Amino acid sequence: MADFLANAHAFWEVARFPAGGFLCLAGALLCLVGTVGVLRFPDVYTRLHAASITDTSGAALLLVGMMFLAPGWLVAAKLVAIGLFLFLTSPTASHALANAAHTAGVQPIIGRVGAGTDETGDA
Amino acid sequence: MAYFLGLVLALAGFWLAMSGHTEPLILTLGGVSIVLTAILAYRLDIIDREGAPYVRSFGLLAYYPWLFWEIIKANWVVIKACLKADLDIAPALVKVKTVCGSDLAKVTFANSITLTPGTITVEIEGDKLLVHGLYEQGSQPEAFADMDRRCARAVDGKGAA
Repeated sequence: MADFLANAHAFWEVARFPAGGFLCLAGALLCLVGTVGVLRFPDVYTRLHAASITDTSGAALLLVGMMFLAPGWLVAAKLVAIGLFLFLTSPTASHALANAAHTAGVQPIIGRVGAGTDETGDA
Repeated sequence: MAYFLGLVLALAGFWLAMSGHTEPLILTLGGVSIVLTAILAYRLDIIDREGAPYVRSFGLLAYYPWLFWEIIKANWVVIKACLKADLDIAPALVKVKTVCGSDLAKVTFANSITLTPGTITVEIEGDKLLVHGLYEQGSQPEAFADMDRRCARAVDGKGAA
């Protein structure tokens, strides 16, 4: 049993670097997807939807990947704290942006967009 | 009292996770800062359900895994919308009526909607939320009923909803 545990630990010590690197890469890719969405979507509200990909899955995958690469529990705990604060504050920031746009009177584009219709959004 | 103990425990845990030192001097300094923070919070009168929700929020422990799964599913939809060769979205603005009673439950519900990609809470007025959705069919008021009920139950306890 002790032998097995030692083996599992040795395997984990080797495997966590490629696994963490892969997760970080996936998170970075999702952030890129979010950016593409921000550039493509027509108005401020729809762009916020694209930005929320970066906020949620991109940040989460990056943080989990960094936890895999972390040298000890202390660093992992700090990353967990960062994730917790991010999950509490990023929706608040998105809501503040959307609410500011709404209060300022920015009219959202309603109805079908794309595939035939031309993109006539600003803001 | 339970909120006070919860606050002290949360602060102590947070301090230990941030510092990681166990020398007597550093521990004493940490203890002093925790006591100081607790006194200040008491004087500000913010040790209540909203200021220190670390105890009696076990309902949230069951709610968050469900929310994470919802976020993953919604992420996939928005990622596809971002990368589709022809832009094909149908944004909509809907009014959602919530059953959440307390402010904390309403905030949790509104934050959950915003955290889920594809839907954003634009405004809260009383028990009505103005929600902007990326897809018209995915953001009808009925689509949020399940999340609404779970939020009310997680924050306000079994009695609500």
